[in-house]
Amino acid sequence: MFDDLLQIAIQYLPRLLVGALQTIKITSIGVSLGFLLGLVIGFCRAYKVPLVTQLGQVYVAIIRGTPLLVQLFFIFFGLPSLTGSAIPPLVAGISAITINSGAYFSEIVRGAVQSIRKSQVEAGRSLGLGWFKTMRFVIWPQAFINALPSLGNQFIISLKDTSLMAVISVEELTRNGQIIIAATFRAFQIWLLVALIYLVMTGLLSIILNQVEKKFSRYMYA
Amino acid sequence: MIKKWCNEMDKDPVIKLRNIHKSFGDLHVLKGIDLDVHHGEVLVIIGPSGCGKSTLLRCINLLEKPDDGKIIFEGKNILEPGIDINQVRTRLGIVFQGFNLFPHMTVIENVMLGPKESLGFSKEKARNIAEKQLAHVGLIEKADAFPVQLSGGQQQRVAIARSLGMAPRAILLDEITSALDPETIGEVLSVMKDLASEGTTMVVVSHEMGFAREVAHRVVFIDGGLIVEEGPPQRIFDEPQNERTRNFISMIL
Repeated sequence: MFDDLLQIAIQYLPRLLVGALQTIKITSIGVSLGFLLGLVIGFCRAYKVPLVTQLGQVYVAIIRGTPLLVQLFFIFFGLPSLTGSAIPPLVAGISAITINSGAYFSEIVRGAVQSIRKSQVEAGRSLGLGWFKTMRFVIWPQAFINALPSLGNQFIISLKDTSLMAVISVEELTRNGQIIIAATFRAFQIWLLVALIYLVMTGLLSIILNQVEKKFSRYMYA
Repeated sequence: MIKKWCNEMDKDPVIKLRNIHKSFGDLHVLKGIDLDVHHGEVLVIIGPSGCGKSTLLRCINLLEKPDDGKIIFEGKNILEPGIDINQVRTRLGIVFQGFNLFPHMTVIENVMLGPKESLGFSKEKARNIAEKQLAHVGLIEKADAFPVQLSGGQQQRVAIARSLGMAPRAILLDEITSALDPETIGEVLSVMKDLASEGTTMVVVSHEMGFAREVAHRVVFIDGGLIVEEGPPQRIFDEPQNERTRNFISMIL
């Protein structure tokens, strides 16, 4: 099993890395858009903006209550059967990641803003700062720092979630692994390599996120 | 010092409260408070817990909005519509029981924020002000520390410096030693005494009767949402006229 691992690795690593690059692309676009979506909805819910708050609640309930694979199928197969126009797999995949992570990000943002005590708002306002400046200088920076671990966690979850795109034949890491196995029947070696590449990506991401967290939350360590 | 204060008495009060009412739901906390705070005066408000003394203080800089009455500050009723509350708050400092420092900022950044973002001073000027005020409370060497690295007493002194950095007309102190360890109360009281001797106008809600007796020009006893008795500390503590005041004083002394 292991004797030809090195040879297979040398032979197929380039193809897998092309897939990994696609995985990184889908993740970064999907997570960025999802974060923006979550930021808007999370803030609206934290400040109880009418209508958006209720819509946001329904949105979070639907996304959290259904599997990502079903959401992906709904976008890729369900919507075109209704509208009659096909959606390219990559677009469907990125949309699914965006909509899915957006719901979780909105919960993280809402929780982080609401976790800052009201006495902090009072302290800011009592210095004569208006509402917006109090949020900008006092509340939001603290909320962001508190949210960092959860934000990083969701980032990593979304990266792994992109593997589901394989089922609608987006040629990311997992799909490329499947394709190579179909031609070579080296399931053990290839899945091992695929798993290792995921591990390297999430590991690097963890290290970066830890550094960011450390930099921002230095005030927490006495 | 007393003589200087007596001369100032002739001028208009810095803060004039008239018929202040405040309710939280069914709870009628303040039932018509009239109070004048004069320039350079140290006014100590005492009373049993739940009597409304903290609410009264929070009403003065509008952290709570009174339901009825007038607050005349610098000649204007600040409860009228159209008054810029932020502008008023830059002139009326408050220090809280729980310090409420900004934990993500260093000590000096805490003091600089108001002058920079509220008064619109340059960073250099804000830093100068902050350094001066930190030196004032004896904490200049902690300028670059974070609040979490300080003791309670030190944090409260930073909070005082933060408030003084705005150069307020008057400063409101809301039970600022109540959350402190006994061994650090002294350092905060000594800063308060310094401020008093410099002629800072202070409204102090406190349980520190020693401080009140020694430093206050006037003591106000509040119970049940009303001012029961007021006068110089010697009279309030040694010869209270009202029975409720007598009971309270006898319980705490």
